[in-house]
Amino acid sequence: MSTRLAREGRFTNKSKAVSFTFNGKNLRGVEGDTLASALLANDQMIVGRSFKYHRPRGVIASGAEEPNGLVNLGKGASFEPNARVTTTELFDGLSATSQNHFPSLEFDVGAINTHLSRFLPAGFYYKMFMFPRPFWKHVYEPFIRKSAGLGKAPKERDEHTYEHFNIHADVLVIGGGIAGLAAALAAGRSGARTVLMEQTAHWGGRAPVDGATVDDISADEWVKATVKTLEEMPNVTLRTRCMGAGVYDHGYVLGYERLTDHLTQKDGTKHRLWRVRAKQVVTATGAIERPLSFAANDLPGVVLASAARDYVVNFGVSLGDRTVVVTNNDDAYRTAITLKEAGLDVPVIVDARAHADGDLPAQARALGIRVETGKGIAKVKGSKRVTGVAICAQAGEGAVLEEISCDCVAMSGGWSPIVHLWSHCGGKLSWDPDQAMFRPDLDRPPTGADGQPYVMAAGVANGHLFTAEGIADGFMAGRAAAKAAGHDKKPGQPPAGEDTPENPLEPVWLMPQGASYALRSKAWLDFQNDVKVSDVQLAAQEGFESVEHAKRYTTLGMATDQGKISNINGLAILADQLGAEIPDVGTTTFRPPYTPISMASIAGPAQRELFQPVRKTPMSDWHTANGAFYEPVGQWRRPYAYLRGSETVHEAVNREVVNARTNIGLLDASTLGKLIVSGPDAGKFLDMMYTNMMSTLPVGKCRYGLMCTENGFLSDDGVVARIDEDSWLCHTTTGGAERIHGWMEDWLQCEWWDWKVYVANVTEQYAQVAVVGPHARKLLEKMGGMDVSKETLPFMQWANGTIGGFDTRVYRISFSGELSYEIAVPASQGRAFWDALLDAGEEFGIMPYGTEALHIMRAEKGFIMIGDETDGTIIPQDLNLQWALSKKKEDYLGKRAHSRSHMASADRWKLVGLETLDGSVLPDGAYAIADGVNANGQGNTQGRVTSTYHSPTLKKGIAMGIVHKGPDRMGEVLSFTNIGGEPIKARIVDPVFYDKEGEKQNV
Amino acid sequence: MLTLHCPNCGRDVDETDLHGGGEAHLKRFGPGSSDKEFEDYLFMRENPKGVHFERWHHSFGCGKWFLAARCTNTLEVFGTYPAQTLEPPKEIMDKISGARPGWSWGAFK
Repeated sequence: MSTRLAREGRFTNKSKAVSFTFNGKNLRGVEGDTLASALLANDQMIVGRSFKYHRPRGVIASGAEEPNGLVNLGKGASFEPNARVTTTELFDGLSATSQNHFPSLEFDVGAINTHLSRFLPAGFYYKMFMFPRPFWKHVYEPFIRKSAGLGKAPKERDEHTYEHFNIHADVLVIGGGIAGLAAALAAGRSGARTVLMEQTAHWGGRAPVDGATVDDISADEWVKATVKTLEEMPNVTLRTRCMGAGVYDHGYVLGYERLTDHLTQKDGTKHRLWRVRAKQVVTATGAIERPLSFAANDLPGVVLASAARDYVVNFGVSLGDRTVVVTNNDDAYRTAITLKEAGLDVPVIVDARAHADGDLPAQARALGIRVETGKGIAKVKGSKRVTGVAICAQAGEGAVLEEISCDCVAMSGGWSPIVHLWSHCGGKLSWDPDQAMFRPDLDRPPTGADGQPYVMAAGVANGHLFTAEGIADGFMAGRAAAKAAGHDKKPGQPPAGEDTPENPLEPVWLMPQGASYALRSKAWLDFQNDVKVSDVQLAAQEGFESVEHAKRYTTLGMATDQGKISNINGLAILADQLGAEIPDVGTTTFRPPYTPISMASIAGPAQRELFQPVRKTPMSDWHTANGAFYEPVGQWRRPYAYLRGSETVHEAVNREVVNARTNIGLLDASTLGKLIVSGPDAGKFLDMMYTNMMSTLPVGKCRYGLMCTENGFLSDDGVVARIDEDSWLCHTTTGGAERIHGWMEDWLQCEWWDWKVYVANVTEQYAQVAVVGPHARKLLEKMGGMDVSKETLPFMQWANGTIGGFDTRVYRISFSGELSYEIAVPASQGRAFWDALLDAGEEFGIMPYGTEALHIMRAEKGFIMIGDETDGTIIPQDLNLQWALSKKKEDYLGKRAHSRSHMASADRWKLVGLETLDGSVLPDGAYAIADGVNANGQGNTQGRVTSTYHSPTLKKGIAMGIVHKGPDRMGEVLSFTNIGGEPIKARIVDPVFYDKEGEKQNV
Repeated sequence: MLTLHCPNCGRDVDETDLHGGGEAHLKRFGPGSSDKEFEDYLFMRENPKGVHFERWHHSFGCGKWFLAARCTNTLEVFGTYPAQTLEPPKEIMDKISGARPGWSWGAFK
């Protein structure tokens, strides 16, 4: 059983108990534990079930590479799925539940899949769920959706806060082991602004566990002293619990700092995302131990050799009383020695190599540990937990020579440098055959904006697995990085490291070498996604020869751990099956982040009310206080309707329309885009921007204009007013102001840069109110001031003046078809002017109306709306707007496109009005049905609805749509699609439903 | 994430403050041009793996457009220059020739 030892761990404080729960069970750990070490101290070996076969799985590693130990953490608004037990620090009150099991962790009905495994080989998704076709939707997909996924998605809104830090650094060192510390020391002493990030809570990495010495003191002491030195350097920033998550272009790096995950009282920011611009990046990220591939290597109790000694040394926890060590290298002997010295039993070290005669094997033998060379493990015995191993000759096919009982197996297949961060931005790898590993190819580093390298790998991550070379490499990398960043003070001599020399490993990709199918189909490569040696071999046989294809076909390395411990073993098996060399098969692409980071940290503070700025008009408070039901328009919030008493939105809209048509309505039109275009060449410029002629517009007059893209498609519309000889004011749509401003700037800066034109976006400088309805003039006359009579200020003209004491500019324009004045006042006067209008208008029955009433009134008049009648594929001709396309002008944006053959064709869908035969409202977006079917067997169409409303004025449904040659087919009745019902019949009519002669607006 | 130097305001700018505007040095064809010329202007682009000339807008900054010469493969930036020009400055062309001998892009080489 796994248990807490009498000895204290490096990280633990046994005098302080910490209580937590796992699957509702109350358990105790100690201060300094991870959730993994605390569970193991409580003999909770099984921590989860595997993804596909639901096999019981235990902790296998001690760090970020852990594939099995994923749990749900916390509850409610603090709930978090897929938390890794090995990187979750224990705190008082932690509550965790295991994942992917039904009904319970100990007994899972899904485990039957393991007996069905011959029916669930690599690619079974693609093979099994193909036929019969209807089964996909009704049987397979619901089943797969139910069983897919490890953790559960949180149901409540996250209650924590998150933040971003943006910093610049000369040298960013990632990894706080001895190489990283040495790199930071060298960079700091060279004078560089240095940042050092360590993903765990502790400095020093593996060296202290493995008993290295540096500068004649223990690695532990050297680490303490060096951290102290670094802390005293003003140009060095140190962060623990901060993972270098990804390296991106031009020296951009993301650091993921977990500030309160280890605390009971989670006050303040939970996660912080460091957005670093570094001149140079040093990746001192260490290495990950590889498992060995033998049968039943996934049983709880089979662990990485390094993890077994980490738990003893760092946490004072043993994973078993009797541990068999199986290895192909000397390093794993450290585990045997550590366990033996901790008073635990190591019945045998199974070494696949023919000889084990280095210093570490000699030490192990001297402690009385039996060493079997040339041997391997045929299979691990046990069902939910290791009970023993069967030993065989590594060179053979698995004939059992001896069975040895044990409750833990510590395996080591050698070490793989963590090359992820080196590779994220294009750093290449080379295969080191002597150490059987990929290491950074220093001749092909990631390069930055200047074409020069900006990432250096250092220490173990650079393939220097031993203390002396690793720490020296780290120091030199820090120095070189500082120099490349422009700091070349002399940093002194590198620290001198020392550790026990090791003999070379011998690559072992399968154990035993000639393992039978039965053994291979139980030899796991990817523990989280249940990929076995036999699966990768099958993929290769079926032609998935590219490592990227084999990955996707088998799901090797696709889980939340992204194959940290499985990828190299998997591609070695693939290479063997293909008869290719490992470097020729290559690795899959390493993509950030290194381990998953919280989505909330990416969002940072951009959530809730800070997610997006809300633009409000000066009258916004009045709207809110008077029942406004809002809709978003771009970043603006506009009242859709103003609800009174208990009326519905629909009732409010109808009331507002009827009132504007019979009495007087007010619309807050401040959001409308307002661009001043000014300068000697402004007229010439606007003639290019608009399809109409704007240069000839007399001062004091208004003209409705269209803007097209170079493709000829309608982009925006609005009324243009000539302000003076050199200045025009262009109204745009609410959502189009910034876009059209940018569009104008683009042409002025990049195409006609010699034209003398200035464009200013004055949208927010003015509040604008549309005073609409038969009583509009009476109201303005009552308020007094400028002459607003038909004679002085006729339709489509504007004038400056005062109304009720306010400085105004009044435009006689109408989007409703009623007598209408759009009145602009300085934004600071907007609310006062609005209030004054409401006061004075009371006797005329004044009522504000919202955007829906605006839409209905414009549709009743057959006016188009950008975004309803247009969708980026509509040209003005489609909307019968030929009259707005100037024939006099030689050129305007879109003119050339309009002469392309299909644009000029008469064979297009064109705007018409539509009226249902029964007066009902057509569904928005409904298609007009045509005869026959298209090449895909879908019914043909001959038009579609673009705007559709109930008209309170006409008391029936009205619609606009585009129909094939529509204007030539007046009176024809078409059928329109109606999801879930019978097609609806509607007649093609004139799109102007109300006041066809325009008498009401022109009074 | 790229960093580009804005030649207008003199800042080194993060990509998040910029907006890409597609290929630079397009020649506009209007009324009177042939279908082929107009098609080339509207749709046909160099789309290279390697040396490229692009438009960038300093949207969250000075609001000005500028042009950049950059390698789409390694993201090396050879230089940025104001948009009010018909061809890249000679020093940028020379720098590209030094880094990528034998390069060509549209009519430039």
